[in-house]
Amino acid sequence: MNNIINCLVENEPGVLARIVSMISGRGYNIQTLNVGPTQDNNVSKMTMVVPGDEHVIEQVVHQLSKQINVIEVVNMTNQRHMNRELILVRVASEDHASRIEIVDLATLFDAKVIAVQEDSVTLQMVGNQERICDFLRLLKPYHVIDISRSGVIAVCRESVDAGFEN
Amino acid sequence: MKKHLDKDKESNKERSGAQCVIDGLTSAGCEVLFGYPGGAVLDIFNCLYDAPFQFVLSRHEQGAVHMADGFARATGKTGCCLVTSGPGATNAVTGLATANMDGIPMVCISGQVPSAMIGNDAFQEADVVGITRPVTKHNFLVRSVEELPSVIAQAFHIASSGKPGPVVVDIPKDIQRQMTEATIPEAIEMRAYKPHVDFKKEDVHALAALINSSERPVLYVGGGAIAGDASAELLELAHKANIPVCTTLMGIGAFPEDDALALSMLGMHGAVAANYAVDKCDLLISAGARFDDRVTGKISEFAKNAKVVHIDIDRSAIGKSVRCDLGVEGYLKPVLESLIPMVDKADHKEWVDQTQRWKDRFPFAYPGGDDTIMPQFVIEQICAVSGGKATVVTDVGQNQMWAAQHFNYTRPRSFITSGGLGTMGFGLPAAIGAKFACPNDLVVCVTGDGGVQMNFQELVVAVEHKTPVVTVILNNGYLGMVRQWQEMFYDHRYSGVTLGQSKRQRMERIDEGREYLPNFIMLAEAHGACAKRIFKPEEVAPTLKEAFESGKSWVIECIVEPEANVFPMIPPGQAVEAMINRSV
Ligand SMILES: Cc1ncc(C[n+]2csc(CCOP(=O)(O)OP(=O)(O)O)c2C)c(N)n1
Repeated sequence: MNNIINCLVENEPGVLARIVSMISGRGYNIQTLNVGPTQDNNVSKMTMVVPGDEHVIEQVVHQLSKQINVIEVVNMTNQRHMNRELILVRVASEDHASRIEIVDLATLFDAKVIAVQEDSVTLQMVGNQERICDFLRLLKPYHVIDISRSGVIAVCRESVDAGFEN
Repeated sequence: MKKHLDKDKESNKERSGAQCVIDGLTSAGCEVLFGYPGGAVLDIFNCLYDAPFQFVLSRHEQGAVHMADGFARATGKTGCCLVTSGPGATNAVTGLATANMDGIPMVCISGQVPSAMIGNDAFQEADVVGITRPVTKHNFLVRSVEELPSVIAQAFHIASSGKPGPVVVDIPKDIQRQMTEATIPEAIEMRAYKPHVDFKKEDVHALAALINSSERPVLYVGGGAIAGDASAELLELAHKANIPVCTTLMGIGAFPEDDALALSMLGMHGAVAANYAVDKCDLLISAGARFDDRVTGKISEFAKNAKVVHIDIDRSAIGKSVRCDLGVEGYLKPVLESLIPMVDKADHKEWVDQTQRWKDRFPFAYPGGDDTIMPQFVIEQICAVSGGKATVVTDVGQNQMWAAQHFNYTRPRSFITSGGLGTMGFGLPAAIGAKFACPNDLVVCVTGDGGVQMNFQELVVAVEHKTPVVTVILNNGYLGMVRQWQEMFYDHRYSGVTLGQSKRQRMERIDEGREYLPNFIMLAEAHGACAKRIFKPEEVAPTLKEAFESGKSWVIECIVEPEANVFPMIPPGQAVEAMINRSV
């Protein structure tokens, strides 16, 4: 099962390398990783999607918490939360018919056509993990030329991010 | 002599970065700094010239780090060492990894090329923060002279709090030379690092309830009990509820082995009684131990009849490898202090009697050697001749296991060994570090003819500082522990493990010879130590006595039975049923 882990870290040089090296050194696997600033200049938020059973995820959370620069770790999967990912995907469409099908599909998923060429359509979509997954599955029959994914980001519905200073 | 080359640059309040390092070490209580100089730490060495603490020049950076480590293990104080950039720092890596695995508090200062040159493959540049990240508790690359005093203070705080560990502070040369008015902060504020955990009262209540309803409890004690200074509480708890106690290799000394409830070491080469007790107990209370695979063997079979409780300061160690019915996160000492009043007095008579029968029936034993010295006998004699008072520092291999098995340890910090990493070459420099820490204690290094060659050069340090260490080499002519595995699991095919000149393997293409090289006696004497080679059992005690009483550094080379093995042994990954015990 995929878990979304939010990790608040001190915004200092080398912290990303520290986290990534711990994760790879201990043989954990990360599917996506997103890092960005927060409302607090001294704090960055890392969001990672980690596949693994309960035991693995528990270890990941503890090992992250143990890092000296880590302020707080929240396994979002255990919280009421919202998650989103942005994807950009370029799909081959050499004839009118396939273009219409692709655009139809995009419409059903609230995806936007952001570029059209003679031989391809580029789509942008924002959604939660499930929707992104469904969308990509339905695009499979077409020829996907290129895809870029932002990685998942997530926020809790209630305020639990106690790591921030007021 | 000119004291400060750049004295003219100093104003009243301003100090150089290098001076901040010395002041930081001083205010953190550094008593002895072990180290080795080089281009990137010249400025620190220049200020070291006037330092209030002692400096010890090792002969290899690995030696310096092991000395700082031995100093820390012998006292619980934070060990301090100083190395130069590039090769100096890479030489320190094995020492750092050794300390990290065993949770030893240490601060290692390393020089770095000037900030502007970082990343340019400058002379003697290495990405030390990158290289040491996975083998330290934390590390810092100092980015400005202003932050230096506070970084040093933080390094000591991190190294010594929570689960201790080594911290590297990498300081570019330009920052050592810059001037600052920054001072050591009075209070250390670290936003993300909160090592203090208050254990949960309800966890301790739950633990007391488990103990009070248990019929066959066992305490399983690790190095955390020594780091956490919890020996007295362990003794009180064990006696109050009559709980037999076994220790890990790292926990040796946390519980007196002459106590009736002591079961000695458990695990791969542990006592039969300890392993049987863990197998048959209904409650296993782990106190500061981390369920290393050398202890558990086959995980699914480990303590299979028991409820398992983990008490640890390191949350990530709780439930990491072995199932956990109750986890108590906290410092061991206060946890036990609050636990003891809740525990009912009990005698667990049947259970304690049972463990006693196992102890009587299966002591650590070994076959008699007639005219050859048995290595186990040497350890027994070290115990006897020192009246059990020696601090024993071991190397790694068979010598380490025999030293663990055949000496009666009765006080914490009297057995010093590289447990987690198993670093050959650790013994001699760590013994020297321990002697610096406890000059009034008798420090004996037990080592093999293989491992002692890995850091032999450090013997000079013991001699020149008159910090005498007695090094006992159990010379079996082999890399003994590897030979034992090849004998037992690889059909006697001894490959790359013979140290003498005779019977070398064909692929080594070494002509048959008779001499053993090196000549340890000449080597020791060349380093200024006293030395003697002995062959007969009756020579052991008198030679030890002479060395112990001499107040000098000694090397005693005991020519021992070449193919003695360490037993009992539970083959790796197997359960207690698979224990091999050919001790007699
Ligand atoms: C630095 C290092 N290299 C290799 C090993 C693997 N190893 C473990 S025990 C051992 C043999 C040690 O031989 P010796 O020092 O003669 O001691 P003995 O086992 O004979 O007592 C070796 C090679 C190690 N632990 N550390």
